[in-house]
Amino acid sequence: MSNNNHFVAPVEETPLQATDSLKTDQAPLSLWADAWRKLRRRPLFIVSSLMILFLLFVAFFPGVFTSVDPGSCQLSNSEAGPRPGHPFGFTLQGCDVFARVIHGTQASLAVGVLSVICVLVIGVTLGALAGYYGGWLDAVLARLGDIFFALPLILGALVITQLPLFRENKSVWTVVFVISMLAWPQMARITRGAVIEVRNADFVTAARSLGVSRFGALVRHVLPNALAPVIVLATLELGVFIVAEATLSFLGIGLPPGVMSWGNDISSANASIRTTPSILLYPAGALSITVLSFIMLGDAVRDALDPKSRQR
Amino acid sequence: MNTVRIDEAGTAKDRPILEIKDLAITFTTSAGEFKAVKNAHLSIMPGETVAIVGESGSGKSTTALAAIGLLPGNGRVTGGQILLDGEDIAHASEKRMIELRGSHIGMVPQDPMSNLNPVWKIGYQVRETLKANGRPDGPDDVARVLAEAGLPDAHRRARQYPHEFSGGMRQRALIAIGLSCSPKLLIADEPTSALDVTVQRKILDHLDKMTTELGTSVLLITHDLGLAAERADKVVVMYQGNVVEAGPSLELLQNPQHPYTRRLVESAPSLASRRIQSAKEQGVEAEDLLAPAAEGTSRDEVLQVRNLRKIYKLRQGLGKSSDFAAVDDVSFSVRRGTTTAIVGESGSGKSTVAKMVLQLEAPTEGQIIFDGVDTAGLKGRELFTFRRRVQPIFQDPYGSLDPMYNIYRTIEEPLRIHKIGNAASREKKVRELLEQVALPQSTMQRYPNELSGGQRQRVAIARALALDPEVIICDEAVSALDVLVQAQVLNLLTELQGRLGLTYLFITHDLAVVRQIADHVCVMEKGKLVETGTTDDVFEAPQQEYTMALLNAIPGASLMLPPAVA
Repeated sequence: MSNNNHFVAPVEETPLQATDSLKTDQAPLSLWADAWRKLRRRPLFIVSSLMILFLLFVAFFPGVFTSVDPGSCQLSNSEAGPRPGHPFGFTLQGCDVFARVIHGTQASLAVGVLSVICVLVIGVTLGALAGYYGGWLDAVLARLGDIFFALPLILGALVITQLPLFRENKSVWTVVFVISMLAWPQMARITRGAVIEVRNADFVTAARSLGVSRFGALVRHVLPNALAPVIVLATLELGVFIVAEATLSFLGIGLPPGVMSWGNDISSANASIRTTPSILLYPAGALSITVLSFIMLGDAVRDALDPKSRQR
Repeated sequence: MNTVRIDEAGTAKDRPILEIKDLAITFTTSAGEFKAVKNAHLSIMPGETVAIVGESGSGKSTTALAAIGLLPGNGRVTGGQILLDGEDIAHASEKRMIELRGSHIGMVPQDPMSNLNPVWKIGYQVRETLKANGRPDGPDDVARVLAEAGLPDAHRRARQYPHEFSGGMRQRALIAIGLSCSPKLLIADEPTSALDVTVQRKILDHLDKMTTELGTSVLLITHDLGLAAERADKVVVMYQGNVVEAGPSLELLQNPQHPYTRRLVESAPSLASRRIQSAKEQGVEAEDLLAPAAEGTSRDEVLQVRNLRKIYKLRQGLGKSSDFAAVDDVSFSVRRGTTTAIVGESGSGKSTVAKMVLQLEAPTEGQIIFDGVDTAGLKGRELFTFRRRVQPIFQDPYGSLDPMYNIYRTIEEPLRIHKIGNAASREKKVRELLEQVALPQSTMQRYPNELSGGQRQRVAIARALALDPEVIICDEAVSALDVLVQAQVLNLLTELQGRLGLTYLFITHDLAVVRQIADHVCVMEKGKLVETGTTDDVFEAPQQEYTMALLNAIPGASLMLPPAVA
């Protein structure tokens, strides 16, 4: 092309297309369908979800894996090594370690899942209301959250569980209650932030001017669009809560000794750590693997729901 | 190929400063290889200004980024040459590119809001460039560079932070940085598309002056054909990664050969104003041409705005606040079946007016009378009915549709909320609406992220029409769209007005669009209404200085095209 020439490309090279024509070659994709499509190709997601499915199976059907009663302990077996039928050996009290690890899954998962549900209900409700309505409601709820936020989990749990009401009724539910009480502000903060980001979006204004009520717009448009970070946090927190339960049980203020849990087992294995460390290793290993799978799942979900990676 | 290094020997006058030959650029994405640029070629002589024009996704910015060696990590040059003063830099080493950037090629990026680092003072950012290219970088040098870019009081300005600058001043600072080392070539990527028209004009005028003084060649990237033709010696039109037409600006406008260029010339709004005038000369009334009101519609005043005022309280420290009048004593009325445009620059209060008319904000004073009823007293049931009769279309097509709703649910939502019909009749209505906005029925199952900006805007129009409203308020409804798509949406709006007898209140900063669509114009400046009148009156005999400034700032307005072409 020289300086003053008027260059025209042959039309055949770049055939003219209809202005702004719709691409119809791909299947429609919602946010969730898109996320699922991305997730199912991620090894991280596949591995972690298989592990979680396996853990759930163990929790619901412990009988499939062991027929030994974890509660029937014979002191004659105290700290005995592995032998056929008892692959992990015995505790100080002579209980079968394998059976206790298997049966402990239930309590750990139950505390994790129930706490996350409670935290979601409290945190999302308060966070969404605070973020959406703002004003004095926001101020009050934010300060309330700060009060709980300032309490370290363990310290707060120590104080709450020493209350007579809790001391005398230790159960899975008290642990769930204590964890939820102290952990909801985190969820509320994340929800509040996400809701504030979405509440000024044009589509919310559009919905309002269509006649949707203020609360209706929150439920129909704002919350569904603010859920992604909440879901990510929930998966990550599931792991954290399982650890919290183990910590509380280890300190003797969590689940009552009668309930089979990894935390209780780790606690009682403390006594024999110098002689037979394997008693400690097995429940601790189970705990680590469980927490790791939930954190891996959380990471995978976060990547899949990242709005920046959405097309266009 | 001869690889002449650029030395102090200087540039031969007859050799292009930049020549791009058969350039191909490929991006590697998770979905596979994507050819963003297939066949681009252009040449820029010393001191010349060349504009690349094309829609978003045509590869114009990618071509320019390749010339300065700043392609994103997943993009690479897969063919052709980029000759900078004879040296092929398509595959030059990073070290060589760093030498060339700043001193030989300068760049003015698109968005002045995000291209200055907010934590450093302006002066520091200028000094950084001077230092990187081994130029003297004392405070006086920095001030000189800023002063040359047209920033008054440069010594003081250099000590300020970006947030203390307005958009126009930031763009001047960026131009100062781009030209600080007197490069031979300046790449300006949509340098003014984020700015108001009057500011745009000033900045471009100044850029022209500076580059002429320095003898710098300019590669201007723009989507606006009018602006390109006005500012550039040559125009290169890109479409789908190919250069489809190139030539001297005026000739290309007057005699477009490629069908795509023809299409662009036909729909460029800045040139369209000429088109209407020429149609008028042939005895066609612009109003008949553009906004035919439905037959039999009475032309009563459906919307009256009287002495509207909106005061915002600005907090100034503890317990103190000052009043800021976003809208100050605005009165106008809109007749049924016509289009009234409110024009103004950012901060003129035009969007606040729209929000108040939509009952999304309460006016501080004044009345908005809709169909004879003062809307201030509307509550509950009445407000619900009002919402049904007045519908908005918003600016950002990417933000106004809920990404979690598919298109069917989006358009159906207003019907469901107002409890109109049953599931079957609602589906039928959605199908009709999609047909009205010229979208295929298969769109129903899709989600907003799969649609382009123009398609989303058409969905937004369908949603607004679902309740058979009487008034539609378009808040910058076409500003974010490419020219061709913009023309398409404007035509759709005009056609729907003719068919359904709609009344539009059109909020925009773009006078060229106003000329295409509006019957009446209200010009706003700093919250006040400065001029109202019919579109023809305002455009042909503007009474106020501000209106004249706005009109003169339309890029391409000064170009006189023969009527036969335009």
